[in-house]
Amino acid sequence: MAVIQVERKPLSFLERTYIPQIVGGLRTTLRHFFKPTVTLQYPEQRPEISKNYRGVPTLVIDPNGREKCVSCQLCEFVCPPKAIRITPGEIPADSPNAHVEKAPQAFDIDMLRCIYCGLCQEVCPEEAIWLQNQFSMSGYTRAEMVNNKAKLYELGGTLPDQHHKWDKKKAAEAHGNEH
Amino acid sequence: MFDLYFEIPLWIRLVLQGTAVILVLFPIAAACSMAERKISAWLQGRPGPNRTLPPLLAWVPGIWVLQKLGIFQLAADGGKFVFKEDPVPGHVNKFYFIAAPILAMIPALTTVVVVPFGAYLDSAGKLVPLVLANVDIGLLAVFAVSSLGVYAVILAGWASNSKYPFLGAVRASAQLVSYELSMTLSVLPVFLWINAPGGQGTLSLFDVVQSQSQPGFWGGAWFVFTMPLSAFIFLVALFAETNRQPFDMPESESDLVGGFHTEYGAFKWSLFFVAEYCHMVIGSAVFILLFFGGWNPLPWVTLTDTVQALAHIIPVATHPLFMGVLGISIFLVKICLSIFFFMWVRWTLPRFRYDQVMNIGWKQLLPLSIANLIAYTIGIALLQK
Repeated sequence: MAVIQVERKPLSFLERTYIPQIVGGLRTTLRHFFKPTVTLQYPEQRPEISKNYRGVPTLVIDPNGREKCVSCQLCEFVCPPKAIRITPGEIPADSPNAHVEKAPQAFDIDMLRCIYCGLCQEVCPEEAIWLQNQFSMSGYTRAEMVNNKAKLYELGGTLPDQHHKWDKKKAAEAHGNEH
Repeated sequence: MFDLYFEIPLWIRLVLQGTAVILVLFPIAAACSMAERKISAWLQGRPGPNRTLPPLLAWVPGIWVLQKLGIFQLAADGGKFVFKEDPVPGHVNKFYFIAAPILAMIPALTTVVVVPFGAYLDSAGKLVPLVLANVDIGLLAVFAVSSLGVYAVILAGWASNSKYPFLGAVRASAQLVSYELSMTLSVLPVFLWINAPGGQGTLSLFDVVQSQSQPGFWGGAWFVFTMPLSAFIFLVALFAETNRQPFDMPESESDLVGGFHTEYGAFKWSLFFVAEYCHMVIGSAVFILLFFGGWNPLPWVTLTDTVQALAHIIPVATHPLFMGVLGISIFLVKICLSIFFFMWVRWTLPRFRYDQVMNIGWKQLLPLSIANLIAYTIGIALLQK
């Protein structure tokens, strides 16, 4: 790379008085004075957040209302800061989802430990845990910053996927698992 | 009604008038701080402070207009300054440390005494200025008293006994002294023009406005048209004298923390703050009186003409009270525009470097104002011969 010497042009008389530059600057700022504001009124107006944003991890239910988590505990194992604590439980035999066999009895995510890495979402074989678009978590105590199962489902909502993997499995079992 | 007022003893009248003027000036200076925040916000594409609202007033219909304008934010800020803890650091010289903000306030409020802000026609048809003291030394008094403001800055910087306030104070004193020269020289042509040989000599600001209200093309022209260079030099020097951007040397937040008031907080700091805005208001007022026709609404249209034209529509227009209020309103509108210009410039330009400030002051503005003075002296001598 050759070095190119650029001749610095001497300032003209008008430039040395600063006045044309100052007037130009004033014109620019006046234009902005009459433009609409570019800010959001934050707590009322929320910024638009892209779909693949990694916010607070949440649990989701499927369109039939079945909780998708089967408490395999893969997320608990993979979680680097050990923020997830799952107590597995059995689904009672009289439930329509009894064939799924397991569901979490308790599911706690400690948001003081969570690093929003998204490994739990990546590892989940059931697509039950999702990092969604909530980006502000706050609380007055440490206990408040631990999301329990009810809170996680409340934040998560319904995942509108149409796979219905477990329903298909049940139907296949009913037909003797023929291919 | 007026006769009753004029029967009150003189000293009570003076106290009343002085209090009235301060009661107007002080809130204007305070409102400037909110105006500054709002204007800076609008220039930067933000809404500015617009949320504060006392819950007690929330039911009033239309109150959101005041809320959006940040009026209650202003009140909250003022309240904060009064009620927050006001520490005096251990290493300062207590007496001068406390005296400095008071000294900053006194000249800022004193200069208003000789500044006329309106006029009315008395029963004899003579134009009478609305001014606390219509003295002949007018402008000289403004310069003399307002330059006392630099003592507050020096005192604050020195009494704070720490390095950044000290540096700020040194810069401030050098800057204020340098620009005062060009400022004084720049207004001399105006007074050379007014004080025609043979007439009675005067430095009164009222007479300056009067000579911009004469009939005819040259008589009615504001001095900004006949002496644009003087007006320009005066304006630049005014920016420097009021420590406004781009001559923000005494504060220079980026390199001197807060400059001369680094060690100050709470109410004492707010006194410096209000004093700065008072200087701005008075400076703008003097600038308008000298170059922008004072209370005359437009160039070549005097207040007297306006009132007499209005008298055809509303008969009370020639009433002294109406005329006085009209004159003061026009004057205040002009001051607000001028203050808007100050703020507009502040949020447009970066600060000059210190050596640039000194170069502009001594090597450019001072020779320019001397040349301007000489040119106008010769011109006026030829014209008035």
